[in-house]
Amino acid sequence: MTLNQTLISVRGLKTHFFTDEGVVKAVDGVDFDIPRGKTLCVVGESGSGKSVTARSIMQLIDRPGKIVAGEVLYYREEGKPIDIVQLGNTGKDIRSIRGNDISLIFQEPMTALSPIHTIGNQVTEAILLHQAITKEEATERAIQMLARVGIPKPKERMTSYPFELSGGMRQRVCIAMALVCEPVLLIADEPTTALDVTTQANILDLIFDLQQEMGMSVMFITHDLGVVAEIADEVVVMYLGQVVEQSDVDTIFHNPKHPYTQALLKSIPKLDLEERHRLEQIRGMVPHPFNRPSGCSFHTRCEQIMRGTCERITPQYLELEPGHSVRCLLYQDEAKEVNA
Amino acid sequence: MSDARSTPLLELKSLQKHFPIHKGFLRRVAGHVKAVDDVSFKIFEGETLGLVGESGCGKTTLGRTLMRIYEPTGGEILYQEESGKIVDLAHLNRQEIRPYHRDIRMIFQDPQSSLNPRLTVLEIVGEPLKNNGIAKGRDLEDQVAELLRKVGLRPEYLRRYPHAFSGGERQRIGIARALALNPRLVVADEAVSALDVSVQAQTLNLLQDLQEEFQLTYLFVAHDLSVVEHIADRVAVMYVGKLVELADTRDLFLRPRHPYTEALLSAVPKPDPRLRRKSERIRLAGEVADPANPPSGCYFHPRCRFAEARCKSETPALKDLGKGHLAACHFAEELELRGVMTEKAA
Repeated sequence: MTLNQTLISVRGLKTHFFTDEGVVKAVDGVDFDIPRGKTLCVVGESGSGKSVTARSIMQLIDRPGKIVAGEVLYYREEGKPIDIVQLGNTGKDIRSIRGNDISLIFQEPMTALSPIHTIGNQVTEAILLHQAITKEEATERAIQMLARVGIPKPKERMTSYPFELSGGMRQRVCIAMALVCEPVLLIADEPTTALDVTTQANILDLIFDLQQEMGMSVMFITHDLGVVAEIADEVVVMYLGQVVEQSDVDTIFHNPKHPYTQALLKSIPKLDLEERHRLEQIRGMVPHPFNRPSGCSFHTRCEQIMRGTCERITPQYLELEPGHSVRCLLYQDEAKEVNA
Repeated sequence: MSDARSTPLLELKSLQKHFPIHKGFLRRVAGHVKAVDDVSFKIFEGETLGLVGESGCGKTTLGRTLMRIYEPTGGEILYQEESGKIVDLAHLNRQEIRPYHRDIRMIFQDPQSSLNPRLTVLEIVGEPLKNNGIAKGRDLEDQVAELLRKVGLRPEYLRRYPHAFSGGERQRIGIARALALNPRLVVADEAVSALDVSVQAQTLNLLQDLQEEFQLTYLFVAHDLSVVEHIADRVAVMYVGKLVELADTRDLFLRPRHPYTEALLSAVPKPDPRLRRKSERIRLAGEVADPANPPSGCYFHPRCRFAEARCKSETPALKDLGKGHLAACHFAEELELRGVMTEKAA
């Protein structure tokens, strides 16, 4: 098994929400690959569709939402790839993947856990759902897993309820639940956003260590570019339901091509100890989803807009150099189409 | 920036806020949560003082006690009026405190819940003007429109309700409300934490512009150290209700003197993959101490990598290490702690 292999390949994914006021195109034509055993970070502001993309991969889209196009190919170690979209969101097939091969941790660890069941109950449930082992064995494994994610006195903690734990400890419980079946992909949706920096650092280290140990892939959704710089191998930048740029982490930070990526990087305060200065801001705000701009969806806020072009022509998602793709008309001539 | 160091706008002296814990049928007081415990510092006119710490360290409670939203249980809040007179805000009654609430205003974290959804922007921003009898009718509308213009919102939005605005715009409404009475000190409690990256930059720039225009003084409470480094002139660090370090921003970030500050700084993710070096991070063991039942001696000793026997028994005092750099650590002078690595230094 070589590490550069692709584990999940998302192609032309479109997830729309059919609300009373109209159709919200939350995810509108997303392509990217999740490499095996590596960490892919998905960055974007609120409303960029990063969480909906993650939920689409897990088939966790509820009405009024619907995946209207595209495929999510899951390459198992043997056999043919499975298109997860075709499995639908209920039934035995998707349940054998969801929570077993692919699992998810959420931003808010309080709402992700059931307040009326004990920690032990919730972790063992995750095991018993997917594996044919006895309750005693499951309990044993749950205790081991809790110890592995750094929960002190795991045996006693099995009978605790979520409210008895701190935010960081709760997030560790969520990680334990997600990893107890040894998934090949862990999707983490802003798992550290609600936590303090010191706790965040510990949780990031924990995910990294477990990844080294279990060899799983991680899809990490965040808006914090600092976190991306710390953990990512690959980075996907999203804006208004589309991927605008994807590359390896070093290129994203040191040679970004899309004006949105460039502007995002300039707008974050850095610990640079420089004299007081103004931040370079992106003008305006993320447009309302019903009001998607014509042409390139970023043109209303772009500093490098080509008047008369960007409002009219919708840019293609093109590969600029191997492994670095951009959706921007500035590069349209010199680039060749990704996979036409 | 804080040249006139001799005249603090506000001085806290041993400020305390202890919340009682009630137990049992008779609701007897079984103990106290020492949310703010003996905190003293000065805020100088025109400066931005950053206040940082993990959740539960008491930074929000401090901001609210200073505003008298919570009643202080001890200590003094000395405020210097424009005339030069010094008043102790901690010992004024509800009636007496009112005029000072014009001078000290607050911006809240969550622009979602801090604006009344049933009031229009005109009513929200105009309320302090109306209540203090400053303006009414047509005049009020003009003043609110002017305030909206100052914070970068269109005056036509006067009659809209908060739900019609995005998070960043709502925060601007909150800022306009805080500025309505020409305050001197603004307490910004996590004012940009809930905002998106691009909107956060806009809001920080707005706060800086307004500070220059109106000579505002900010107490900027935040947990994001990159934001605090950007905006603050001096930074105060709190841990379990106590002030553990206070210094000029540059000094604090380059050369922290308290091991807790060092750990906080090392945990901040640096937005550059080339600075990624896992081994350098100081992992803080355990959790923030319980403010109802803090450890003996130095509150930080169970998590401190330099702790010695003395730290368990003796509470360290906040010492001045020169140039206004204060730290509450027995070994502040001896320890060589790491500050942040900048791109140039790396």
